[in-house]
Order: sequence, then structure tokens, then C-alpha cells
Amino acid sequence: MKIHRLAAVAAVLGMLGFGQPTLAQDAPKAITIATEGAYAPWNFTNADGKLDGLEIDLANDLCARMKVECTIIAQDWDGLIPSLKVGKFDVIMAGMFITKKRLETIDFTQPYAVDPGSFAVAKDSDLGKLGLSGEKFNLDDEAASMAAIEKLKPLLKGKVVGVQAATAMLEFVKKYFGDTVEIREYKTTEQHDLDLAAGRIDALFAQQTALATTLAKPEFADYTVAGPGFVGGLFGLGTGAGLRKEDTKLKDMLNKAIDEAIADGTIKRISEKWVKTDVTPVK
Amino acid sequence: MIDLAFFLEIIPALLAGLPLTLQLAASSISIGFIMALLLALAQQGNHRFVVWPIRAFVAVFRGTPLLVQIFLIYYGLGQFRPTLQAIGLWWLFREPYWCAIIALSLNTAAYGSEILRGAIQGVPRGLVEAATASGMSRYLTLRLVVLPLALRQAIPSYSNEIILMVKGTSLASIITLVEVTGIAQGLISQTYRAVEVFVTAGAIYLTLNFTIISALNALEAWLTPYRARV
Amino acid sequence: MTYILHFLGFGQGGWGAALLVASGVTLALSVLGFLLGAVFGALSAGGRLSRRLVPAGLAKAYGTVFRGIPDLLTIYLLYYGGSIALTQIGKFFGSAGFVGLPTFATGVLAIGIISGAYQGEVYRGAYQAVDLGQFDACKALGLSGFQSLRLVVVPQLMRHALPGLGNVWQLVLKDSALISVIGLVELMRQAQIGAGSTREPFIFYIAAAGLYFVIAVVTASVFRYGEARAWRGMVHA
Repeated sequence: MKIHRLAAVAAVLGMLGFGQPTLAQDAPKAITIATEGAYAPWNFTNADGKLDGLEIDLANDLCARMKVECTIIAQDWDGLIPSLKVGKFDVIMAGMFITKKRLETIDFTQPYAVDPGSFAVAKDSDLGKLGLSGEKFNLDDEAASMAAIEKLKPLLKGKVVGVQAATAMLEFVKKYFGDTVEIREYKTTEQHDLDLAAGRIDALFAQQTALATTLAKPEFADYTVAGPGFVGGLFGLGTGAGLRKEDTKLKDMLNKAIDEAIADGTIKRISEKWVKTDVTPVK
Repeated sequence: MIDLAFFLEIIPALLAGLPLTLQLAASSISIGFIMALLLALAQQGNHRFVVWPIRAFVAVFRGTPLLVQIFLIYYGLGQFRPTLQAIGLWWLFREPYWCAIIALSLNTAAYGSEILRGAIQGVPRGLVEAATASGMSRYLTLRLVVLPLALRQAIPSYSNEIILMVKGTSLASIITLVEVTGIAQGLISQTYRAVEVFVTAGAIYLTLNFTIISALNALEAWLTPYRARV
Repeated sequence: MTYILHFLGFGQGGWGAALLVASGVTLALSVLGFLLGAVFGALSAGGRLSRRLVPAGLAKAYGTVFRGIPDLLTIYLLYYGGSIALTQIGKFFGSAGFVGLPTFATGVLAIGIISGAYQGEVYRGAYQAVDLGQFDACKALGLSGFQSLRLVVVPQLMRHALPGLGNVWQLVLKDSALISVIGLVELMRQAQIGAGSTREPFIFYIAAAGLYFVIAVVTASVFRYGEARAWRGMVHA
């Protein structure tokens, strides 16, 4: 009876399906890349269910360079890191910033894009009237960035700011504006976009490219990206591909491919196609 | 092994959401109860044009998931901001807190009205006839005979409904309200320790439920002393 | 009106087909979850009715915990924690890689665990409602425990259980909407996708509500038919 039961349990587990073996030091022939699928223009889902966007194009390019077969799947944002750690897929390319906090649990390749975070507000609000200043402040440069932040505070006092949960964006707003504004956390950027259009929140804080894509839509005619952009500091080095810490060979392969893509201008070309600016990181 | 330090870290974080959970639960249960009572009483008159809309309301709110109701009221009605602003109600639907209370109250009103309707009909007809024979008006009969008995009868079923409402407050986390379940989800996705967070958050809810059930049991015992076994 | 039909219809840019497919997923999710819950419920009822302390205690704990904790919390536990637990179990049995549950299976498991807690109570009450004389008759006829359950008790138990099970089914149908938070594309999620894509949340959530309502009404009548058949020839209490 006992042996039968053990066999039954093992059979059930077997039926659940075993995924890829752990990669560690072998060069993988096929990998699975996960993205969010709800973060235009970096990664989004078309009406017919297919994944598309800047990172999809980049992923296909990197995989071609590495001569590895890639499958790209979509997964909810807040489940990306836990699922990566458990082994559901091998790489995360979802507009994820390389932050110190995340580096504690997973590893990242070098950044393949740098895109500052900014506020989006109504055109006729205090901050909106200033418009996009085009300045970029690196949070590592404390003096300059704190000065810029202090200038922004009175313009945002008492406003309601929407941010996507579990992002570096949220950490930024909490850390520097936590006492000035009311923060609302949303599961997806789509939800905070809906609430901005509905007037429930006064401002968004997200990456400039994502904001630009959103605000191009007709219902956001009265809104604009405003103020300076922020990089560095708790935003880390930029957007990179997330990996498990033990997959060192895969990390080397990806870093090499990213180097090549930066060198021959592929990243510049892909980013100008999708966001009309060059997001290549400066080496 | 059990990481006591971790538990001690997350307990205050989770408890921070308890006031909001309690506020949502208490408000929606009270508002819902009053609505349920009015709806149940309105159906006693048997007027077609009163009963049918009420039965439709009850069917819709019992037949669709609470999540859909919350999304409809929050995002769906948010689409009609200009209209709502024009009739001066936008301030109500602008805040997720009020949207959550509206959705929860309507939901519990629908379920509650069925419970109370059954309880009112369960009052023995003879008692009502005796009251009328003694010259009591409809209102007096209701106040002195029907309602005390009906409400007492309804306590077991209604306590179920109250527990369901407390659980329902967890859905408010989906429209940005920071109550216990919302905090739990944030903690899990930050620390990846689902089991510990679940156990702690679960313990909070179970303690809450236990308190509510004990209070209601005490209330029932106080109202029906003749049933107590010495 | 045509505006609404444009979005919900089946033509180009119409989401009607997607919503119907998603309703199918909701039904499949609910049915499988309910059946899994029947298994857990039967075990739980068995435990509660047992005279031994351990099964009775475990069953009571199972029922109290999963009926008292918000279903959303249970779903988060299985979604975030489930893969980790399964991979550990898999490693114990010698598997090298990831043992994962796709979202659909996670949803079925979550609904199974939650509805099992409620179904356990229903089966327990139904078991106790079966006339004691039936049990005596089984013993008198010399039927074994299993035989008396299969031939006598369970058929009669189901008669008493059906109304309660109908209620649990409605609960399962509504809980299936919560599975949308872990990314499974069932009706609620599909409505969200449509709403986000077209910026018409009201139309989509009303459509979703309508579809849930229709499913609820149709399946409720299935249970009523089942009850009528179960009580045929008997005098209803």
C-alpha cells in the first residue's frame, strides 16, 4: 500500500511536467524569455494576442547573435522575479531597472537601455505649465538632483500620484516625495493610465518613453510629460535583462551580445523605431 | 526553521492595514444592513412595481462576482466622469474608498435582503394576527412583534454574511486601497516568502472572524435566554 | 447601440469571440475546481466525522482556515508559493528542474482548496441528515463499511447535499473571477484586457457581468433539475 501511494504521488508530479534543467555553467541552446506584455512601447500584447515592442525586437536580435533559440512569454509584473527564481523561465526582459535591491536576489546583464523617469501631469497644472525641461539628473549626483527635486516639491504638493507597484518608480516617489504627495499603487500601468484619464489621480511617474507613448493617445490630449528626468541612484544603471545568479554562462553570452548590439548601432536603430529617441546606455 | 525575526517584521506591517479593513467592513455592513431591511420590508407590500425591480437588483448582485461589481463601479463609472461631474456626484466616485464602500454595501444589501425577507416571513402568522386583533397599527406590529423576532431569527445567517463581507474587503486591494490583503501581496512579491506572510495575514483575519462570531453568539444568547442550557 | 455591438460583436475589432472563449475558460476552471473541491470536501467531512483526534482536528482546521481567510489571500499563497513548494517536493523525488503549475492548474487548485472547505461542511451536514435507521439496516444486511457507503449512504446523502452544493457552486463561479489576478485569461481578465485596449471599461464589465449572470442562472437550473430528480418519489422535508 505504501509503495503504491508513493508511486501515485510521483506519477502525479511527473504529469505536472518538468521544465528546463538548470543552466548554470553549460551554454544553453534554448532559453525562455519572460516579459510583462503590458508596457508599451517596450513590450505589449497586440489585439491578436502576439507580443510586440522594443524589447521583443531586441530579444530576437540578441538571440540571433548568441545563436540560441528563444521563446518569449508574458507574465504579470509582480510575478516575474519569483517565477524567474523558481525556474519558470531563464531571462526577464521587461523594462526592469537594475536596482541594488533586485541585485540582492537576482543578477542582471549590463544595461541595454537608459530611460529617465519623469512626471506626467495635466497641461494646465503648476508643473504642466513648465513642460518637459529636457534636463536629466543623476541621483548619484546628490547636490544637483536634490536641488531639482526641491524645486518640484511645491509644484506637486498635495497632489495624488499614481505609480506601478513593485517598481523603482514607486521607490523614487516614496523616497523623495513621500511627504509631499499622496501615492496610489497600481498593478499595471494600464490601470493608472485609466485613472489619470478619469481624473482620479493628478500625476503619473514612469519612464519617459512609456509616458510619451501613453500621452500620444487622444484621451490624454490635456496631459504632458513635465519637469526633468531622473536616472541613476536607486534607479540603478538602467534597464537590463534579469537572470538567476547561478547562470553565469548565460550572463556572459548576453553581455557579449549586448556589447555587439550597442557597437553596431542596433539598439539605437530599434529604439528610434519605437520611441524616436536613442536609449543606448553610455559606456 | 521558523524565522521569528521575519514574523516580527511583518506583523506590524500587516496590522497597519487593519484599520482600513475594519472601516470598510463596518461601513459597508451597516449601510448594507439598513438597505437590506428597507428592501425586505418593501417586498412585504407585494406591489408588483416595487417587488420586481427589487428582485432584479437582488438577482443581479447575487448572480455576479463582487470583483466585477467593484470594477464596474470604479473603472466603469470612471469613464463617465463628465456626466458625474455635471450632476455633482464625481466627488463620490473619484475616491476608491467610496467606490469600494458602494460596491460592498450594494452586494451585502442584496444578500442581506434575502436573509431578512426569509426571516420576516418566518414569523408565525398567528402572532401578527393577534397583534392586529389587539388593534396595533401596521407600524406598531412591525416594531413590537415582527422585527424583534425576525432579526433574532436572522442572526446565524447574517453572521455568515458578515464574515463574507470581512473577506470581501480584501478585494478593495485591487482598486489601490491599502488594506491587509493588499499589504500581504506587496510583502510576498517583495520578499518571496509567501507561506509566512499568508500565515500571519491569515491569522489576523481568523482572529477578526473569531471575535465577530463570538460577539454574535453572545448577542444571540442574550436575546434568547430560554434556549440556553444550564 | 451599434457602438456597443461594434465592440462586443464578432466582426473585425469585435471582442465577442474572445469573451465567449474566456467564458469557456471560466466554466472549465469552475467545473474542475468544484470537482477537486468535492474530493477535498469528502476527505474533510470524513475527517470531521471520525472519532480519532488527528483527522478530526486537521479537518476542522482546514474548514476554519479556508472559509475564514479571504479567497484572494489563498490564491496569492498558491501563486507565489506554489511553484516553490512543488519544486522542493520535486527535488525530493529526484527531479532536476522546475516543477511548475501553469496558471490554469494553480487556479483549479486554489478553487479546489477553497470550495473543498465549504463542501466539507455540506457533506458533513448531509451525512448527519441521513436517517439513522439506514445505517442499522446496512449492518443488519452485513454490508461492509465501503459497500454501505457506496450503495446506501452516499445516494441518500447527495439528496440532502444538493441545495448546499448549489450554493457552493455559485461561490466557485464567483471565485473564478479572482483567478484573473494571477494572469489567467478567463472572463474577468479578458474583460480587463478589452477594457484596457479599447478604453471602454463600462461596456466590457457590463458584458462580463451579463455573461456571469447567464452562466449562474443556467447552472442554477441544472442544480434545481438535479434536486427534483433526487427527490423523485420521496416526500420532501
